[in-house]
Amino acid sequence: MSTARTRTLLFLAPGLGWLALFMLVPVGIVIADSFFQRGVYGGVVYTFTFENFARAFDPLYAGVLLTSAKIAGLATLAAVLIGYPAAYAIARGPKRRQPLLLFLVMLPFWSNYLIRTYAWIVLLNREGLLNQGLRVLGYEGEPINMLYTDATVVVGLVYNYLPFVILAIYASLSRLSGDLWEVSSDLGASPFDTFRRVILPLSLPGIAAGAVFVFVLSIGNFVTPDLLGGGRVQMVGNLIYDQFLSARDWPFGSALSFLLIGIMMALLFAQALVVSRSQGEHHG
Amino acid sequence: MADATAPPAPARRRRPVGLRVLRGHLWLVYGFLYVPIAVLVLLSFNRAGLPTAWGGFSVHWYGELAANTAIQRAALNTLIVAVSSTLIASLLGTLLALAVERRQRRSGLLDAVLFAPMIIPDIILAIALLSFFTLMRVTLGLHTIVIAHVVFNIAFVCAVVRTRLKHFDYAIVEASIDLGAGEFTTFRRVTLPAIFPGVLAAALLAFTLSVDEFIIAFFTAGAGQSSTTLPMQIFSMIRFGVTPEINALATIVMLVSFTVLFTAQRMNRGVIGADA
Repeated sequence: MSTARTRTLLFLAPGLGWLALFMLVPVGIVIADSFFQRGVYGGVVYTFTFENFARAFDPLYAGVLLTSAKIAGLATLAAVLIGYPAAYAIARGPKRRQPLLLFLVMLPFWSNYLIRTYAWIVLLNREGLLNQGLRVLGYEGEPINMLYTDATVVVGLVYNYLPFVILAIYASLSRLSGDLWEVSSDLGASPFDTFRRVILPLSLPGIAAGAVFVFVLSIGNFVTPDLLGGGRVQMVGNLIYDQFLSARDWPFGSALSFLLIGIMMALLFAQALVVSRSQGEHHG
Repeated sequence: MADATAPPAPARRRRPVGLRVLRGHLWLVYGFLYVPIAVLVLLSFNRAGLPTAWGGFSVHWYGELAANTAIQRAALNTLIVAVSSTLIASLLGTLLALAVERRQRRSGLLDAVLFAPMIIPDIILAIALLSFFTLMRVTLGLHTIVIAHVVFNIAFVCAVVRTRLKHFDYAIVEASIDLGAGEFTTFRRVTLPAIFPGVLAAALLAFTLSVDEFIIAFFTAGAGQSSTTLPMQIFSMIRFGVTPEINALATIVMLVSFTVLFTAQRMNRGVIGADA
């Protein structure tokens, strides 16, 4: 073997080894556990069964899965609808100002997730700023509790993941040549047509990347439904948490995790398809 | 920022109405992103013990924090975990980036493995590691949190350093070797200085990721107070209720994150988002 190849292997081995041992093997254990039975005192009994998956789809738990999908879907939709025009505004702004505008979008994203979520509790609780604002405006009834609803959880998720959506869409928009707009309008297309027939299709990979990111991290979220949903909004993430820390039914929790991993892989695959299709159209 | 500061561009048509609406929307988005944080910071200086009724400026709650030994201990634990996981991940992640970028063939599987820790929901990595450590009968504690944090930090450091390497001219490595420098000397004197700002920025970001990470630490810390990290402490405080003390703690944590981020951004332009 040549020294260059030996060195490459030497460089790859520790990092890949770490990821294999502490990510791939653990995820493999979760997948295996999902086909085993739960022990009487918690723990795993190594008898093969499909029972955990059957349970995941019984109405009680299927409802939680559906709620999670609905909340994640709404958060994704809202984040793309709010994020797209924002990314567009940055991409069409003066070139030298774009890095700063983007930096300001991303800064909150890098701060503590718990704190960003907590900020909404401060705003929305019964003595919170929004209720005080209502009182100033003349509202005299009981303070409204705006926390602990599906909508609050959606707001929290959008707040936390919007920066990434803007970044992903900006990345695909900024790759488009500035002449595209001019050429299209010179050829007689209205600005709306230019957007709908040229810009939007070309920015689809950015939308797909942002949407998949928000959906995957929302549907598996634990912190936001726990803090902003206050136990009244149950999502798969909370269900998994309960199976591992209070119900002590690890095989069932593993089955739920396996389902989440399946959804994640399917979406990433769909996203890769969108990207390769759009690149195909680009070059072909 | 007013448009008046920009020099007029004679060749360009007047800014269309649609674009002005878009810019208005962008400012609303900034408001949405920053108002909640600003309110939090403001209320941390509230003299009143109530969460929102303003009772005058005071640093009283910062004083309370300074006297809270549970928080100090959690902060120390967080620092130990963040520094250790950053050091390990920076080394392994950088080596990984160097090897991956030098390979001729691109491997989809390799890319997927390197991307997975960044997209996988935290709760899954958390329960997977808990299952793994339990099966292997590993005692949980700060060391298991470090192992867990290295997983996502390796992927992260590797991604940042790879971006840096894309702009790296390998000809200078060949030149150095042609001129008689050994492999190691070339690495130390040529490659490393060229990628070092990227590595340092990646390390700073990995540090903030580790400092802020909650769920994985929560599951891999084990029972007992001795390995409670700051986010775990913050989580239990938030669950207890809204207090000015959390506002003060949140303000300090954000201040630290933002300082580190500004430094990383200065070091390696565009690292926290825009690919410069």
